[in-house]
Parts: sequence; C-alpha cells; structure tokens
Amino acid sequence: MSETIISYRNVTKSFGSNRIYRDITLDIHKGETLCIIGGSGTGKSVMMKMLVGLLEPDAGDIEFFGQSIVGLKPHQWLDIRRRVAMLFQGGALFDSLTVGENIQYPMIEHKWGDKSKREKRVSEVLEMVGLGKIEDLYPAEISGGMKKRVALARAIAVEPEVLLYDEPTTGLDPISIRRINGLIRNLQERLNVTSMVVTHEMPSVFTIADRIAMLHDQHIAFVGTPEEAKAIKEPWLADFIIGGEGVLKEENG
Amino acid sequence: MLRAFEFVGEITLLSWSALKEFFIGRQDWGLIVEQLSKGGVDSWSITLLTAIFTGMVMAAQFSIGLEPFGASIYTSKLVSLGIVRELGPVLTALLVGGRVGAGFTAELGSMAVTEQIDAIRCLGANPVRKLVMPRVVAMTLIMPLLTVLADLVGCFGGGLVSMLQVDLTAQYVARQMLETIGPEDLLHGLMKSVFFGYWIAIIACWKGMNIRGGAESVGIATTETVVYISVGILVSDFVLTQLFLSIYG
Repeated sequence: MSETIISYRNVTKSFGSNRIYRDITLDIHKGETLCIIGGSGTGKSVMMKMLVGLLEPDAGDIEFFGQSIVGLKPHQWLDIRRRVAMLFQGGALFDSLTVGENIQYPMIEHKWGDKSKREKRVSEVLEMVGLGKIEDLYPAEISGGMKKRVALARAIAVEPEVLLYDEPTTGLDPISIRRINGLIRNLQERLNVTSMVVTHEMPSVFTIADRIAMLHDQHIAFVGTPEEAKAIKEPWLADFIIGGEGVLKEENG
Repeated sequence: MLRAFEFVGEITLLSWSALKEFFIGRQDWGLIVEQLSKGGVDSWSITLLTAIFTGMVMAAQFSIGLEPFGASIYTSKLVSLGIVRELGPVLTALLVGGRVGAGFTAELGSMAVTEQIDAIRCLGANPVRKLVMPRVVAMTLIMPLLTVLADLVGCFGGGLVSMLQVDLTAQYVARQMLETIGPEDLLHGLMKSVFFGYWIAIIACWKGMNIRGGAESVGIATTETVVYISVGILVSDFVLTQLFLSIYG
C-alpha cells in the first residue's frame, strides 16, 4: 500500500446542536482518487473544508503528511494551501477578474514566477483542461462547464499534491460530466495527484474512484474499492449506489 | 445583550485585523485606489447635490426664523457653522453610507454565498487583506475629502440664498462665513467624517463577509447594513460632538 498522506483521526464535528460526525477515522493514500459519497447533510464537503482550514473539527485530529493541521495559525496554513487545492462546487471564480487573472491569482499569492512565466503557465493549464484562448473573458461570459474547467485550471496552476473536488459534475450536461471525469483521471495519471472527490453522481464515482468512502449515520460506514461497494447488500449503501432503485422495489413489494 | 457584546467583539476583531493588514507587508495600493474610486470619487455628485440644497434650505428657513428678531443678517453665519460642524459630515456620511455601504455588503455577500471568499483563503490569500482593509482605508481617507466638498458647496448654496432672500452682498456673506468658521470647527467636522468613513466600511464588510445562505440573505444583510450605518452615524455624531465640545468648546 502506498504512503498515507491524509489521516482523519477520531474527528467529531457539530454545527450548533446538529452533530455531523462522531469519531470518524479515514486514511487517504498518495496518488489515489477517493470518492466520498453520502446523503445530503452528512458532511462530505465539511471533510474537505476541514482539510484546508475553512472549518475546524470539534475533536480529534487531522494529519497532512504526518503533521497535525488542527489549530494551526493563519500564517501556518500558507504552506498547506500551496500543497492542497480545492475545486468549489460552483467554481468560485472571482467575477471581477478575467479567466487569466483568476488562474494567476494563486501563482501571485504563492510567488510562483514572474509575469511572463505566469502567463505561460495560464496557457498551459488552460490547454490541460481542454480550453483554448479564453484568458481575457470574464467568468460571466463562459458556460457552467467551462467555469468548472477554469476553476480546475486555477486549482492545478501551482501544481498541488492534493486536489479536493466538491461536487465537480453537479448541474452539468452529460458531455461536460464525461469531460470533467476524464480530466480528474487524466490529472491523477499525468501529475500523480491525490484526489478527494465529493459527489452524488454514482456513474462518475465508478469512473474515477480508486476507493469509495460512504458517510452514513454520523460515521464512515464503508471504505473500499468500487467492486467491494457493489458487492455490499446493506440497503443504506446498495440503495445509494443504484440510485434508490432498491427503495422503489421494496415499496412496490 | 449577549448579541450586543458579540457585535462589539466582532467589529473590534475585524478592525484590528484590517489595521494589522495595513501595516504588515507590501501593500497592493491598486486595491485601495480601486476602492477610493468606487466608494468615494463616484459619490461626489450625490454629495454635491445634497449639500447645495441643504445649504439653500437652511438659509431659507433661518432668514425667515430670524427676521422677527431683526437678526436675519446672521443667516449666513448660522448656515456655515451648521454645515461645517454638523450637516456637512453627517448628511454626507448618511448618503455615502447608504450608497457605498449597501454596495459593499451586496458585493462581499455575493462573494460569500458563491464561496469566493473561501476560495481566496484556499488560494493562499487573506480575505481581510484583499477585501476589508482596502475598503476601510479608502473610506477613511475619502470621507473627509467628500465632507470638505459638502462644506464648500453647502456654504455656497446657503450664501446664495442669503444674498437673494436677505439682500446681503456676496462680500458680506463671504466675510461673515470666514469670520465664523474657525479651524477647530473644520477639524470638528473632519474628525467626525474620518470616523464615519471607518464605520461605513467596517459595518458593510462585516455584514457582507458573514452572509450565509442565498440571494435573500444578501438582501436582508444589505438592508441591515444601511440601518446599522445610519443609526451608528447619528449616535456617534452626538457622542463625538459632546467629546469635541468638551475638548475645545
């Protein structure tokens, strides 16, 4: 088994009186694509946000390359955020900046080369995500699928080691979904990045996942390969995987 | 009561963070200049319009009110003092606060609900440095300038009506105004405007950054911002006036 680079250790998280997790433990290995599945409100995105310091666990620990990242001071996050990039659900591109400026943003913050080097890198990453010369367009001028790809280009611009995808294919048409899935696999193969993908789209999960983790009933109820997931007959997993087909069968007797 | 303490605590912390960010590291002056333009320069027309009519209406009212006492020749004196000490800074702040404050909250709120503020953090930047500090600095700098503009235009409008209604000469009005307004009066108004500029920006940013939910939350927060700013300006105006009067009368 390859090196473990992210470890959630007995992590507990609540929002007010609403407990999301109770003592969850999960390891993520270098170079793998782990898909996190689960119903709405089970805290899939929260797991990612804790990894980039947008949220803090109430209890437990999270290790990144063997270093605890719980309770870090704001300036200590800079190095972690250089190594972990997050693709937000809606892309979270900055409306007031052009596509090119959006992609250059993390490069400027992380002092990644001079202007010409940055511009060259913008063209490179746009090409990697299958987009042409759109540097001068504003986010409002491009489609939803293109926004996600630009956001992905921005995320990989500073060559992170870990990529977090928060519902990367939600709301996209089938062709865009296939393209994004292809990009996720492609980036893993070409750059050997470790990926965590939160998604509801089971066909995407089976296309991109090396392993699946399912959040259910305030804990991680299943971790395993897609084949292992398919073999599980427990309704909480089987129903989720086959999109509620099992529930319908039950209801119809 | 607890909410009031929370409010004071959060505003204090945000102000402290913005202040720290202003003094730490190399500044991106482009961000501050952008906000000076958006927040201040674009507000000059509304400031001008408000000030001139306020001065004119004050002069019209005073000239009538003072007439029975045979004191209408002092109209321009009263108008200039009222404008420079009170109405110039306060009305400018209320109008700019409504216009700019609502804009800041809506802009930052939209960024918050579309996860752009989280993205700023994730991409290695500090949202306070990128969003809050430039707005606070810009508004703190621009409000005194807008107030000076309001003072000048308000006095001009008041003087004009004094001349027409009380039949005073331009020289008499100008001399009376210059004799009446001392440096401490100007300072009184300008120091208030510095505080009002800070208040407008910090409240608008605080409200905007803390929006959760969707478009409806942005609308509610924007309305609340205007209320908080307006009430804050009126209350702090009284407190600051008492403070300045106790210092130099």
